[in-house]
Amino acid sequence: MISLKESKRSALVSLWFMFLTFPIMVIKVDAIEKTIIWRWENMFYVGFGSFILSIFGRIFFERQKNRREKQLSEKIQQHNLIQILLREPKYLYPLAAAFFLFALTFPHLFSTYQINVMTTALMYVVLGLGLNIVVGVAGLLDLGYVAFYAVGAYSYALLNFHFGMTFWMVLPLGALLAALFGVLLGFPVLRLRGDYLAIVTLAFGEIIRLVMENWNAFSQGPSGISNIPRPGLLGFDLTLNQAITYLYYLMIVMVLITIFVVNRLQNSRLGRAWIALREDEIACQAMGIDKTKTKLTAFALGATWAGLVGVIFAAKTTFINPASFTFLESAIILAIVVLGGMGSILGVILGAIILILLPEYLRALSDYRMLAFGAIMVSMMVFRPQGLISNVRRHYQYRPQKGEQE
Amino acid sequence: MLRVFLWSGGMEYFIELFFSGLTRGSIYALIALGYTMVYGIIGLINFAHGEIYMIGAFTSYIIATVLSIYGFPVLAIVVLAGFAAAIWSSAYGFTIEKLAYRPLRHAPRLSPLISAIGMSIFLQNYVLLAQTSDFLAFPELIPDFDFMEPVAHIVGTTDLVIILTTAAAMFGLTLLIKFTRIGKAMRATSQDRTMAMLVGINVDRVISMTFIIGSALAAIGGILIASHIGQINFYIGFIAGIKAFTAAVLGGIGSIPGAVLGGFVLGLTESFATGYVSSDYEDVFAFGLLVLILLFKPSGLLGRADIQKV
Repeated sequence: MISLKESKRSALVSLWFMFLTFPIMVIKVDAIEKTIIWRWENMFYVGFGSFILSIFGRIFFERQKNRREKQLSEKIQQHNLIQILLREPKYLYPLAAAFFLFALTFPHLFSTYQINVMTTALMYVVLGLGLNIVVGVAGLLDLGYVAFYAVGAYSYALLNFHFGMTFWMVLPLGALLAALFGVLLGFPVLRLRGDYLAIVTLAFGEIIRLVMENWNAFSQGPSGISNIPRPGLLGFDLTLNQAITYLYYLMIVMVLITIFVVNRLQNSRLGRAWIALREDEIACQAMGIDKTKTKLTAFALGATWAGLVGVIFAAKTTFINPASFTFLESAIILAIVVLGGMGSILGVILGAIILILLPEYLRALSDYRMLAFGAIMVSMMVFRPQGLISNVRRHYQYRPQKGEQE
Repeated sequence: MLRVFLWSGGMEYFIELFFSGLTRGSIYALIALGYTMVYGIIGLINFAHGEIYMIGAFTSYIIATVLSIYGFPVLAIVVLAGFAAAIWSSAYGFTIEKLAYRPLRHAPRLSPLISAIGMSIFLQNYVLLAQTSDFLAFPELIPDFDFMEPVAHIVGTTDLVIILTTAAAMFGLTLLIKFTRIGKAMRATSQDRTMAMLVGINVDRVISMTFIIGSALAAIGGILIASHIGQINFYIGFIAGIKAFTAAVLGGIGSIPGAVLGGFVLGLTESFATGYVSSDYEDVFAFGLLVLILLFKPSGLLGRADIQKV
C-alpha cells in the first residue's frame, strides 16, 4: 500500500515541518522576566502529526488518480448515497418529514440553552444560503457579507431606539436597507474582476465596522446598543423562555422560506443566468444576458437575507456592538458555504450545522475553532472542491420516443 | 464630526508627518512587493502574505529575546534575528505555496483565493495558539545614532534605518530581476507561463523562488515595522496585508516600481490624513483609497490595462 520510498518522503516532510514550526511552536519567551520555555514535546507532536497527514494525503491522491483513470476507461457515472436519497421521492419525503417533525418538537425535548444554540445554527443556515447565492451560484466572492448583516442589525437597533419601531415593522425594512446597500456597493464594483471584487467587498465590510466603531453620535461606538426588545407576538407578553422558543420557530419558518426561495431561484431564468455568468462571462454576454443587472440582483438578494438575519440577530441577543461584525464572521459564513458545497442547498445547511454546532458541543476544542475553519477551507479546496454534498446540475437528456429510430 | 486642522502646526509638523508617511510607505512597499511579484507570476492574490510578515515579526522577536537572554552583543542580535526571520518566513512562503496553491493551479479562479483566505485564518490562529493573544513589546533593536540627535524630534533613527533598508532592498530586487538568470526566468514566466515552459524554464521552481523572495522581503518589513511601532500581536498581518495590497493595486498590480510608488503614496496619504483630519479613521482612509482606485483606475498608476481575450 505504502512503499518504503513513499514513507521515506513522508518522513522528510515531517522533518521539514519540525524545522518550520520550531521557533513558533517550541520556544516561548518572556522578554520582561527573561525566561525561555522550551516546549520540545510540541516538536514531537508536529513531526508525528505531519507524518500521518502526509501518508493520508498520499493515499488520497493515489486513490483519486486510480478512480479518475477507471472513470475514464469505463465511463460510469457514480452517484453517491446522498444523491440517490435526494432523487428518489420514496426516500426523500419520509426523510424530510422526519426532519421536520424533529425540528418542530425540538424545543419541547431540550433545554433553553440547546434551543438558543439551535437558533444560532439556524441563523447561520440562512446566512450561508444567502451567501451561497452570491458565491456559490453567481460566483462572486464576497468577503464583506457581514456588512449587510450589520446593516440589518443596526437598522433594527437604531430604528427601535430612536423611533420605537417594532420588530415586525423593521424586519422588511432591514432587509430592504441591506438590499439597498448591496446595490449601492454592487453598482460600482461589479465590473471588477473576481479577485478585486473580493478585496473591495472586504474593505467595504471593514469600513462599515470602523464607522460604527468611531461614529459615536450615530451608533454609540464600541459600547454598542443594548436593551433591544425581543420580537412580539400579537401583543402577548412572553416570558424569556417563551420568547426564545418563539424565536426558534421564527427561524424555522425563515429557513423554510429561504430554502423554498433559493430552490425556486436556482432553476429559474435568473438562476441559470447566474450559473452561466459564473462559468463564462464573455460567452454569457454574447448570449444576451445583462451582466450588470444579473450580478446586481445576486448581490442584492444575498444582502437581503443577511439583512433579515441581522434584524433577528439584534432581537435575539438584545445587544449589539461592532465587535460582532468582524471579518472573521464573514470568513465563518464563507467556510460554511465552502464546506457544504458551493451552490448546493443541502450542503450549506449541513455545513452550517457542522461548523456551528460542533464547536458548541465540543467545548474543549472551541479554542481550535478558527484554526479548524482555516484548515477546512484549504483542505476542502485541495481535496474536495465541490464540498461535502456537491450540487447536482440539472441535466436535460434526449429520450427517443416510442417507434422512433435511435 | 470631522474637524479639519489644515496647516495647523506649521512647517515642522508638516515635515514630521512627511517623514512618518515615508517610513510607513517604505514598509507598505516592502510587503506590497511580495503581493505584486506573486500576482505578476501566478495571478493570485496571496492573502496569506500578511501572515508571513506577521510570522517574520514573531520569529525575530523570539530569536532576539533568546539571544539577548544568552547575552549576545546588540549587533549580532540584530543580524541573527533578521536572518532567522527571513529564513523562516521564506520557508513558510515556500510551504504555503506547495500545500495550498500548487494543487489548485488549474482549478477555477475562486478556489486558490478561498484556499489563501483559509491559509491566512489558519496561520493567524496557529500563532495565537502557539504563542499568545497579547500584545508583545518588541525590543528596540536599532540603537539611536548620535549624529541624528539634532533632528531626532522630526526623524527618528528607526525611521531613517527603515527608509534606507527599504531603498537597499528595492535596489537589490531590481538588480535581481533585471540581470540574473532567475530574474529573467521570472519575467518570462509572468509574461507567458506556457511559453516559458516550452523554452525550458522550470516554472515550478520559478514560482517557488518568487514566494521565497517575496516572503523574505515581507519578513524584513515585519522586523522594521515591529521596531517602529514597538509591539506585535498575531493580528498585525491582516491590516498590514490589506494596506500593502492597497499599495500594490494603487501602483498597478504586477508592476514592481508600481508597488514602491503605491507604498509611498499610501503611506503619505495616511500620515497626512491622520495628522490633519482625524486619527480615528486611519484604516478607513486606506480602505477608502483602495475602493476609489479600483473604481476609477483599476489598472493602477503604473500598471497595464487588463484586456480580456476570448
